Amino acid sequence: MTDYLIYEPVIGLEVHAQLLTNSKIFCSCPAEFSVEPNVHVCPVCLGHPGVLPVLNKKAVEFAVMMGLATNCKINQYSVFARKNYFYPDLPKGYQVSQYDKPLCSGGYFKILNSEGKESRIGVTRIHLEEDAGKLIHDSGFGSSVDVNRCGTPLIEIVSEPDIRSAEEAVRYLNGLRQVLQYLGICDGNMEEGSFRCDANVSVRLQGTQELGTKTELKNMNSFRNVEKAIKYEIGRQIELIGEGKPVIQQTLLWDPDEELALPMRGKEDAHDYRYFPEPDLMPVTITDEWLNEIKFQLPELPETRKSRFIENYGLPVYDSEVLTSSKEIADYFEELASNLSDYKMASNWVMVEVLGKINELKLSINQFPVPAVNLSRLLYLIIDGTVSNKIAKEVFTEMMASGADADEIINKKNLIQISDAGQIQTIIENIVRAHPGQIKEYIEGKEKVFGFFVGKVMKETGGKANPKIVNDLLLKYLLKLRTQSE
Amino acid sequence: MSVTIEQVKYTAALARLQFSDEELVKLSEDLNQILKYMDKMNEIDTSDVEPLSYPVDVRKPLREDEVLPGVTREEALRNAPEHDEKFFKVPKVINQS
Repeated sequence: MTDYLIYEPVIGLEVHAQLLTNSKIFCSCPAEFSVEPNVHVCPVCLGHPGVLPVLNKKAVEFAVMMGLATNCKINQYSVFARKNYFYPDLPKGYQVSQYDKPLCSGGYFKILNSEGKESRIGVTRIHLEEDAGKLIHDSGFGSSVDVNRCGTPLIEIVSEPDIRSAEEAVRYLNGLRQVLQYLGICDGNMEEGSFRCDANVSVRLQGTQELGTKTELKNMNSFRNVEKAIKYEIGRQIELIGEGKPVIQQTLLWDPDEELALPMRGKEDAHDYRYFPEPDLMPVTITDEWLNEIKFQLPELPETRKSRFIENYGLPVYDSEVLTSSKEIADYFEELASNLSDYKMASNWVMVEVLGKINELKLSINQFPVPAVNLSRLLYLIIDGTVSNKIAKEVFTEMMASGADADEIINKKNLIQISDAGQIQTIIENIVRAHPGQIKEYIEGKEKVFGFFVGKVMKETGGKANPKIVNDLLLKYLLKLRTQSE
Repeated sequence: MSVTIEQVKYTAALARLQFSDEELVKLSEDLNQILKYMDKMNEIDTSDVEPLSYPVDVRKPLREDEVLPGVTREEALRNAPEHDEKFFKVPKVINQS
């Protein structure tokens, strides 16, 4: 039997992130997705002869932002290069990318490894490049080409082979995506392909330094598939080595239905890309002044925000992690908390009620029907005693359904909490009188009956009685009855 | 430095060019002439000269991120040898690059 534990997986990831610019990287066509094919096109992205690319300033800034966020050196002189290959989704016959002088290099990104310890994954480089178009293979004899995506700006983030398990790979990917979203430079949608990942996988004996033969995994379009594909490939390579067979260096395509990685068909010499400096584009020069401007614009990153949530709001680590998992959720929480004094209460409401609903309905927080300011008012009404926590949850459900605000619902449905001690005392006395059997049991020492009476009072008041006052008054009254009977 | 006929053939294949045997011989000779000239230039010691990617030191202005209209789909498809109402049509390809 093969002993899997004597082998150590060595994984490096290549991540492509589509940048959220308005226009394409080298021309002024819209970069946004279009259902209609071949409508976001011009002579530049169609690859017509004689046209000249002009670099989008924003794309450079976005790439630099990601470089800064991953502790990279920003190369103030970087060069575009042509990567030459023939494929119909690439009208020019080459992709404009960067080769030996990328925009960013030599960074790192921190993740928690499988033992829960902090681990640094090296970021070899981040470079700018243009995306290719799309091919559709459905129709009879030929293939259909859609050029809309040609020239959409991408950054490629290449990691060092520092990742040691499929789980770590997913953590690294998740972390990168979170940062991209915080920076607002990529929407991070793996299923729709705006965030893509290829993995280089090899295995070696634990404790050895030399790298084994690697394979490249492609076509993993979800976090789940990345994890499954890498696990599969690690297992396959270990079994091969265990049987004394060689691992062949090749590209494998993950088949999510069969859960198999199969060799990609095609000649390996197709990978002779003959990179050379792109003569149509000048080198990218980033002045100190520009770099400082970009640094200044850099928003707060997830790590920093998490620490701030722990310190400023006094929230537990777990809460802070959940609340800062996305920028939008963190923004929602902060807007909510800005009008309240009880931050933990705000945190509980976001984590349990808001995120619970969002997950259940598969919404993003931006689509959530209750704005933070409205929820804030509801929580304020709990704190000042206008409604009970229990009633507030009903009001919240109603707010989601109707979009009405808390005060409106509370007034309309007459849900204001009854905190008037005299009124509650009268209700208690009436209920006790109506249940002589139960009161006898209580007097005889059956404490459980207390809960029965609480339930009755709440029912009588439609759940509106202030639970604390009900508890206090009821206990006082019942104990009095018990003492009197002795 | 020099190239063999095999190397010329390989390079031609990468560029999707096809040559007759006579042409390959002629091309190899031409290329070797050029390479010989390169060798001549390589005799100069450039060990302490920075490689130059661009002959002129011009900082090309960048473009602001603004959308401008391109061409219509009809115009885009007009020059294509094969197309339908929406797509460019090419011979079927299955290999991915």
